[in-house]
Amino acid sequence: MEATKTLSRNKGKVRETRKWLCMPYGIFLILFIILPILLIFYYAFSDPTTGLITLKNFKSVFEGDSSVTTFKVIGQSLGVAALTTVICILIAYPIAYILANSKWNKNVVLVYLFLLPMWINFVIRTVATKQLLIFFGLDPAMHPWVCSIIGMVYNYLPFAILPLYNTMLKLDKSQIEAAADLGASPVQVFIKTIVPMTVPGIVSAATMTFMPTMSSYVITDALSGRTIKLIGGQIEHQFLHSQLNVGSVYAIIMLALIGLSVVFENFFSEKKKGAR
Amino acid sequence: MEKELVMNAPNMEMEETNRSLQRKEKREKAKKAVALTFVWIMLLVMYLPIMYLILYSFTDANVIGKWQGFNLDCYSTLFNPKNAYAQQIWEAAWNTLWVAIVASTLSTVLGTAGAIGMHFLGKKFKAVFNFANEIPIVNAEIVMALSLVILFAWLKLPTSAFSLIIGHMVLTIPFVVINVQPKLEQMDPSLYEAAMDLGASRSGALFKVMIPDLLPGIFSGFMISMTLSLDDFVITEFTKPSEGTDFQTISTYVQGTLAKGAIPIQIRSFTTIIFVLIVAVMVGYTIVNNRKAKKI
Repeated sequence: MEATKTLSRNKGKVRETRKWLCMPYGIFLILFIILPILLIFYYAFSDPTTGLITLKNFKSVFEGDSSVTTFKVIGQSLGVAALTTVICILIAYPIAYILANSKWNKNVVLVYLFLLPMWINFVIRTVATKQLLIFFGLDPAMHPWVCSIIGMVYNYLPFAILPLYNTMLKLDKSQIEAAADLGASPVQVFIKTIVPMTVPGIVSAATMTFMPTMSSYVITDALSGRTIKLIGGQIEHQFLHSQLNVGSVYAIIMLALIGLSVVFENFFSEKKKGAR
Repeated sequence: MEKELVMNAPNMEMEETNRSLQRKEKREKAKKAVALTFVWIMLLVMYLPIMYLILYSFTDANVIGKWQGFNLDCYSTLFNPKNAYAQQIWEAAWNTLWVAIVASTLSTVLGTAGAIGMHFLGKKFKAVFNFANEIPIVNAEIVMALSLVILFAWLKLPTSAFSLIIGHMVLTIPFVVINVQPKLEQMDPSLYEAAMDLGASRSGALFKVMIPDLLPGIFSGFMISMTLSLDDFVITEFTKPSEGTDFQTISTYVQGTLAKGAIPIQIRSFTTIIFVLIVAVMVGYTIVNNRKAKKI
C-alpha cells in the first residue's frame, strides 16, 4: 500500500517535471508570436510619432483615392489566389490520383520528383520561369496575369499535390469497386464516390495554396512587371519606407482575409464530418 | 466427331472469356500508359525552367535566352575568388547555410522539448499551446515578418543576426512540434515509466528511452525546418541585420539583383551545382531506403 502510494506520487512528480519542458517554448510563443501580433494592432491604431491612439493610419489606407488602390490590391490578391488555387487543384488532382493508384504507379520516387524542385531556391526558379516564358513569346510586361498565374501555379503545385496524394493513398478501394459493380458509369463513380472521399485533401490543398499566394509578391513582381500588386507587396512597400504603422493596417487586412479562409476551411471540413 | 464437339464447347467458352480478359488487360494497359504519360509530361513541364537555366549555365551570355556558344565561363568565374559576383554569391550561400543550420537546430531542440512538455499537459493548456503553435503555420509569412520588425522597433533594437535567427525559428518551430507530436502519441508510456522504476534517472529515461522513440519525428522536423529556412525570402528580407555590412542570403541576393536588372551569370552555374547535389542526395537516399526495405 505505502509503496504503491509513494510510487504513484513519484509518477505524479515526474509528470509535473516533464510538463515544464514546454516552458521555454511557451515563453518563445508569447514573446515572438503572440506579443508581436498584438503590437501590430497597437501600431495600426497609434500615431507613429506621439504613440497616441488614432485612426489616422486607417484613414490613409481607406480614404479618398487610396481606398481605390487598396480595394484594387485586395481584389487582385484574392483573384490571383483564387485562380492559382483552382488551377493548382485541377492539375494536381489527376497527378495525385495517378501517383497514389497502385495499379499504375508503385514508385514513390515519382512523388519525390514532383517535390524536388522545391529545394531549388524559389526566387531563382521564378527568374528561370520568367526567361522561359519570354522564350515562348509570353512577355510578362504584355501578359501580366497569364505569366503571374503560371509562375504561381508552378511554385505552389507541389503543395497541392502532397495533401491530395496523402488522402488518395487512403481511398477506400472497395467502395469504388462496389459503385462500378452496381452499374455506375466511370463519371458517376468519380463524382459520387471518389470526389466526396477526397474532400479533406482538396480542402487542405486549397488552404496550402490559397493563403500563401496572397502574400507571394516576389513572384507577381517578377512576372507581371510590377503591374499586379498583392497585399504582401503593399506591406513590403510600407516596410521599405519605414511606415510600420500604415504597414500594420495592411497586415490587419491580411489577417482578416486569413481569418476568413480559416472559417471557410473549418466550414468545409465540419460539413464533411457531419456527412459521415 | 461427337466427342470433339463436346470437348470444343467449353474450350470456345474459355477462349471467349480469355479474349475478353485480354481485351480488358489491353484497355488497362492503355489506361496505364496514358496516365503515366500525363504524369511524365507534367514532370517535364515542372523541370523545364530549371533545365533551361542549367542549359544556359554553359554559355556566358548576359541574359538567359541568347546562346553565345558553349563555354564554361559561368563555372570558371564562379570559382574565381577574385570575381566580385562569385564572392557575393558564396557569401550569400554561406549566410543562407549557417542561418538555416543554427535556426533549425535551435527550433528542433526547443520544439521537441515543447512537444514533450505539451504531451503531459492538461487538456486545456494543451489546447492553448496547440492553438498558439498553429498561428505561424496559418498566418501569412509577411505578417509575422512585419510583426517581428515592429517588436524590435518597439524594443528600440536594430534588426540583427539575433532577430534573423528568431524569425527563422518562428517560421520553423511549429513544424518541429507537429512532426514530433504523432510520435509521442504512438509512444508506449509504460516504457518510460519502466525505465524509471528500474532505476534510470529522469534525464536518463528521457534521453535513452523517450528521445530514441521520437527520433524519426525529430529528424523530419529538422529537415522541414532546413527546407523552409534555406528557401525563405520574406522573413529574411524583413529581419536581416540592418546595420554594418550588407547582409544577404541567396533569396534576398537574387531578388535584389533581379530588381536592378539581370541576375549575375554565376547564379546559373551555382544553381546547376546545387541541383546536381540535390539529385545525388535524393538518389543516395532512395538507394539506402530500398536496401533497408529489402532487409526487413
